[in-house]
Amino acid sequence: MLRLIPGDPAHLLLGEFASPSEVAGIREKLGLDHSYFYQYFIYVRNLLSGDMGMSIRSGVPVFEEIFVRFLATVELSIAAILISSFIGIMAGVISAVRKYSLFDYVSMVLALVGISMPIFWLGLMLMYLFSVKLAILPMMGRFTMGLDYRSVTGIVILDSLFRGDLSLFFNSLKHLILPAFTLATIPMAIIARMTRSSMLEVISKDYIRTARAKGLSQGTVVFKHALKNAFLPIITVIGLNFGLLLGGAVLTETIFSWPGLGRYVVDSLLARDYPAVQGCLLLFAVIMVIVNLVVDMIYFYIDPRLRVDGKG
Amino acid sequence: MEKVDVIRGLKKNKTATIGLILIALLIVLALIGPTLSPYNPLTPEPLNRLKGPSWGHPFGTDSLGRDILSRIIYGSRISIIIGLIAVSISLVPGTILGLLSGFYGKYIDEPVMRSMDIMLAFPAILLAIFITAILGPSLLNTMVAVGIVYIPHYARVVRSSVLALKEQLFVEAVKAVGGSDLRIIALHIFPNTLPPIIVYATLGMGTAVLQAAALGFLGLGAQPPTPEWGAMLSEGRQYIQNAPHVAAFPGLAIFVLVLGFNLFGDGLRDILDPSLR
Repeated sequence: MLRLIPGDPAHLLLGEFASPSEVAGIREKLGLDHSYFYQYFIYVRNLLSGDMGMSIRSGVPVFEEIFVRFLATVELSIAAILISSFIGIMAGVISAVRKYSLFDYVSMVLALVGISMPIFWLGLMLMYLFSVKLAILPMMGRFTMGLDYRSVTGIVILDSLFRGDLSLFFNSLKHLILPAFTLATIPMAIIARMTRSSMLEVISKDYIRTARAKGLSQGTVVFKHALKNAFLPIITVIGLNFGLLLGGAVLTETIFSWPGLGRYVVDSLLARDYPAVQGCLLLFAVIMVIVNLVVDMIYFYIDPRLRVDGKG
Repeated sequence: MEKVDVIRGLKKNKTATIGLILIALLIVLALIGPTLSPYNPLTPEPLNRLKGPSWGHPFGTDSLGRDILSRIIYGSRISIIIGLIAVSISLVPGTILGLLSGFYGKYIDEPVMRSMDIMLAFPAILLAIFITAILGPSLLNTMVAVGIVYIPHYARVVRSSVLALKEQLFVEAVKAVGGSDLRIIALHIFPNTLPPIIVYATLGMGTAVLQAAALGFLGLGAQPPTPEWGAMLSEGRQYIQNAPHVAAFPGLAIFVLVLGFNLFGDGLRDILDPSLR
């Protein structure tokens, strides 16, 4: 389906002034002269042996190019998911417990604001405030150029921790804060709203009153009894938001020059780098499947009732 | 629901009122903007590049010395039109598909909803980027891309309310007197699906404006010198160190418009269709 995109990579590669014979040569080399079906057949055959083809732009195997960037995006999105889940759930819980309080009102207004915020604007404004005005956080990249860094896991923060390199750790952490927070904004708002409504539903149930009547402390009641029962829809929303995160990563990575997958797929698409785009889409699909699987597994873990007949 | 009830409900609902005021302000701005705007949005003033906000230029000037306030006023027309057209593009096919697959079930339902599911599996912005890459970057294609991406959302909303409606007694009654399928769908089911459609379209306006601005920001939407908010923001990104106002004001404008639609949509939902919450 990708090949429907008009524009010939051979032309883009050679520039405007290439002779027809040169173009034909490149096309033959890239296998573009075969029929689409044949190209697809070859692609799938190679894929089975772990070969995603060569990037048309750089001539490097797509797998290598994608993998490095994929890890950068993973670092960013995991950080964003952690931030948004933690703050979102906390805000939602407190809002539900203190319904109609000032905190509830303010945090729900903030949540609505968060949903309406263009994150590329928020990112730029944060960048201006913290990097330009206050100059306490770096503007772009994953760590300061020139620092000694050799990749082991590909995730800078983990690598530096494993090797006990604290300066690199704090350096990369500082680079991570702004992009991760920017990316976390929208999911955070959605999670907070979901947590609040889900908690409100649970809190009015009889077993919560029972728990209170037993004389359990407010904290135990809220976190052990109420939150645990309100968790299913929250987990669902967090899982659904993963897709949103991948989309948001395109914008966030553009703003902060984060060398991740989101920006790469846009650039590849614009350069008509088919193998690269195909590889990315494949990876996105795999991620979504894995995320859904993990969400389902968490369901079973949280709610034993679902385990009984195996039908869920 | 009676019309009067809706209006009364709107007056009582604070969020809806605030949202409506924001939207109304921007629409008025878009309508009478050209008479208000102090400068031509396309005329460069090379001597006044990247000036901060001042009395002469309340929102400052951009990298070519164009007045940012005027560009935002003209941009409000573009953004509102993008929203309206994009929503119509997703609304019409989405509603028709939803009506058909909800009403006929099985043989139409399965293929339609499965293909909708495939579209929903991709993050919206990626799908939109993908479509603009096929069509080529331009303002019109932005609207088409954003419109197509949201077709499945409308199809789903309409389908689920059709599923509930077709079991109702009044549908049974029309069938009994021999009303044709087309008649049942168009005159009896469709009017009843309107409340959720209206709510969803209002919220959809906000999303569409946001997505279109995102495409503009990535350089896939309106091309310069069009005063589109997303594209203006993208230009501002280069000057963030010295002239943050170039990015700040267009973003603020996007935010206000989207917030308006979200508030109004939220309020409408509470009034029209409490079951959607």
